[in-house]
Amino acid sequence: MKRAPTHSYPGINLGHRHASADKAAEVVTFGFWVFLMSDLVYFGLMFAIYITMIDAQAGGPGPHDLFDLKSVFAQTLILLTSSLTVGLAMLALKYNQPRARIVLWFGVTLLLGLSFLALEIRDFMAMAEKGGIPQRSGFLSAFFGLVPLHGLHVAAGCLWLIVMGIQLRVMGMTDLVISRVVRLALFWHFLDLIWIGIITIVYFGGLTYG
Amino acid sequence: MDNRTEMHRRERRRYVIGYGGSLLLTLLMFGVTYQYGIETVGVYLTIGLLGLAQLIVQLVYFLHIDRRRSSREDLDLILFSTLVLLIIILGTIWILGNLSIRMHMHMM
Repeated sequence: MKRAPTHSYPGINLGHRHASADKAAEVVTFGFWVFLMSDLVYFGLMFAIYITMIDAQAGGPGPHDLFDLKSVFAQTLILLTSSLTVGLAMLALKYNQPRARIVLWFGVTLLLGLSFLALEIRDFMAMAEKGGIPQRSGFLSAFFGLVPLHGLHVAAGCLWLIVMGIQLRVMGMTDLVISRVVRLALFWHFLDLIWIGIITIVYFGGLTYG
Repeated sequence: MDNRTEMHRRERRRYVIGYGGSLLLTLLMFGVTYQYGIETVGVYLTIGLLGLAQLIVQLVYFLHIDRRRSSREDLDLILFSTLVLLIIILGTIWILGNLSIRMHMHMM
């Protein structure tokens, strides 16, 4: 009775209902996972630079002057919720629910992603108004090298969501489209993992040690 | 058919548990900051542990990484990347921290 479902790649596995897509997804998803891990190393380098630069404020504005924790809290909740909605889209795909439902969950995710970006850009503008621009100090260079890099990933994810929404409508549920959707979900969950690192190290770490 | 809806419900519950757990850890993180301020090392240590816990919750419930035999390779890759990251991050902090002490940059 308790037979464990087969699990051949990271993220949700499609199982026997999408046997051919599942098989096709196995290799490419693992390849994509390798890419995500190298992306993680890149982010890790930016984190390392930020940590060494926390004190290098050169008399400019520091974390206490610039960071708005309320906005960071809102962004965290938005991104976390979008991770759930991507998961629900994947479940709709796995259990053969109407295509409109997958597109709907993608739409919700896209809206959440865009509102995350809007809040983040508003924060950057507010920082710039207080003199917090990248060229002001080593600390600010490191900050603007890291946090907008994550924002850029989210923007790329939003674009990807739009493209997959179109492909789901135009090309339908082909193996190729399904395997792309699987990777998109993986990418989106990965962005939320990076964001946890950002709030812990950049925001809370900055406020503690900056 | 019945088996299928059962599986669906179970998998959906998995995502909801992951979401609820992450939400709780996020609220704790910001709650601790709000309650105790962000100045002391003890508070920051708590925040760091809560962040780490949330990473693990999301890896297990959203990315389905665990110690089952078939997802071993993914886990191995994560562990290896973590090793690379630790070398890079600790090495950077060690070398640049040492440099900054020798250059008396902390005096600024």
